[in-house]
Amino acid sequence: MDTSPPEPRLSALYQELILDHYRRPRNKGALEGATHSVSLNNPLCGDEIDLQLRVDDAVIRDVRFIGRGCSISQASASMMTQLLKDRTVPQALALAAQMSAMMQGDESAAKDKALGDLRALAGVSKFPVRIKCALLPWNALTDAVKP
Amino acid sequence: MLDAARLRADFPLLARQDHGRRLVYLDNAATTQKPEAVLHAIADYYRTTNANVHRGAYSLAIRATEAYEAARAKLAGFVNAWTPEGVVFTRGTTEAINLVAGSYGRAHVGRGDTIVVTAMDHHSNLVPWQILCQEKGATLRMVEITEDGRIDLSDFGTALERRPKIVAFPYVSNALGTVNPAAQLTRLAHAVGAVVVVDGAQATPHLKVDVRALDCDFYALSGHKMLAPMGSGALVAKPELLEVMPPYHGGGEMISRVFDDHSTYNKIPHKFEAGTPNVEGAVGLAAAIDYLGAIGLERVAEHEQALAQAAIDQLTQIDGVTVYGPRGHRAGVVSFTYGDIHPHDIATILDQDGVCIRAGHHCTQPLMRRLNVPATARASFYIYNDLDDVAALAGSLVKAGALFGYVPA
Repeated sequence: MDTSPPEPRLSALYQELILDHYRRPRNKGALEGATHSVSLNNPLCGDEIDLQLRVDDAVIRDVRFIGRGCSISQASASMMTQLLKDRTVPQALALAAQMSAMMQGDESAAKDKALGDLRALAGVSKFPVRIKCALLPWNALTDAVKP
Repeated sequence: MLDAARLRADFPLLARQDHGRRLVYLDNAATTQKPEAVLHAIADYYRTTNANVHRGAYSLAIRATEAYEAARAKLAGFVNAWTPEGVVFTRGTTEAINLVAGSYGRAHVGRGDTIVVTAMDHHSNLVPWQILCQEKGATLRMVEITEDGRIDLSDFGTALERRPKIVAFPYVSNALGTVNPAAQLTRLAHAVGAVVVVDGAQATPHLKVDVRALDCDFYALSGHKMLAPMGSGALVAKPELLEVMPPYHGGGEMISRVFDDHSTYNKIPHKFEAGTPNVEGAVGLAAAIDYLGAIGLERVAEHEQALAQAAIDQLTQIDGVTVYGPRGHRAGVVSFTYGDIHPHDIATILDQDGVCIRAGHHCTQPLMRRLNVPATARASFYIYNDLDDVAALAGSLVKAGALFGYVPA
């Protein structure tokens, strides 16, 4: 008997918006005058991100990333950088918490407009092994700005 | 080709359904599934024979010891080992290579010496040598590979000019499927006085291995890649080398007499088998050897070669797919990429069709750098796979192409 849980849908995972960010990443490249930077990788699958921020007076003035990896990790990084400019550090950390909640399947987080394009990644929560991909840039952010 | 559908019936896990589909298991280079005969041998061992080996004076313990030593003799015959005493049971290939590095290597490699490895070695036949070289102040020399994924023989020759103490290479590449000319490489290495370590993890399950014909000095293998349980494996070595090597792990079983401040050691192979060994693993490995022996390794190799060729033919017909490694004679490992679709995305998409492949660097990061890819997708075949599985792989890959806009949805 087939007792496996219902099948998650691929079309929910690989939405056009995600592929667009994967193929045309926003804010990709080195950031001049960065005050904070963190490199993180996932040794299991090889996803890499080097996140660079210019933080001034506890406000993220600019953010860019260098990275390579799967569509989920790279799209998440691209979408994240769009969202972070001119946010305070506490605001950025609150977004990271929202993102993490969405990955854990929290539906109210997935409806939160504050997450912008990132809401397209809600489907990742149905693919447990890929959650670490989506959270890689966010973990880099948290590492970078934590006091 | 083998009657894969009939063989599949021997493998309980492969009979399972996932989302109403049969499992298309194509990650055999990582580990194989286990036939009923192996599962039964393990359960039967615990039901009828279990006791600690080489210790008890009672008949049950004697039977357990006999089963363990019979497995050793069987494995010795399977790879044509020099003697059964030259077969040291280990947890697998990784531990076997670490044993050589930690015992032979530490005793024989010194400052300024060279150890030669290749750019297609698995991390398990690279990192132990890196550690040894760092400890001893020795040099690690990595032999390059050719465009089509073979060991560059000219660079191999140049590396040998350094008169290395140890030369290590894989018989079959786990990432490319290349079958290396192991006997020839061994001859060349011996000519400069090196000791040869062959990583046999990917060769032993898939082709007829004859370590005496190869004439290598050390040969490492894993049971779990050849139908046997995880944690079973062996180092097969020339007994005269094992005789003079210092012990690797200290503890029970490996000793002869223990004084307050020193000990004398047991005979080989027991000198290298400290602690209670994995008897169920050895018994399971013996059952796996019987199972494979009944099929014949020549037929196994033929079957895999046919599947690999079919896979290469079908995958290369998909626009944007690149297949790595040599064409022609090769093992049943097919590494590929598909346009800019990351291998992890490929693996997730294929998984939805019940197709299990590996995505990543395959524990060969130096090789991935040379191929200029961060990772590849890898399909690897075994006796229970058939052309339907190859078709399922190709069909599912087209689906991935559609999701990423390579082929019309």
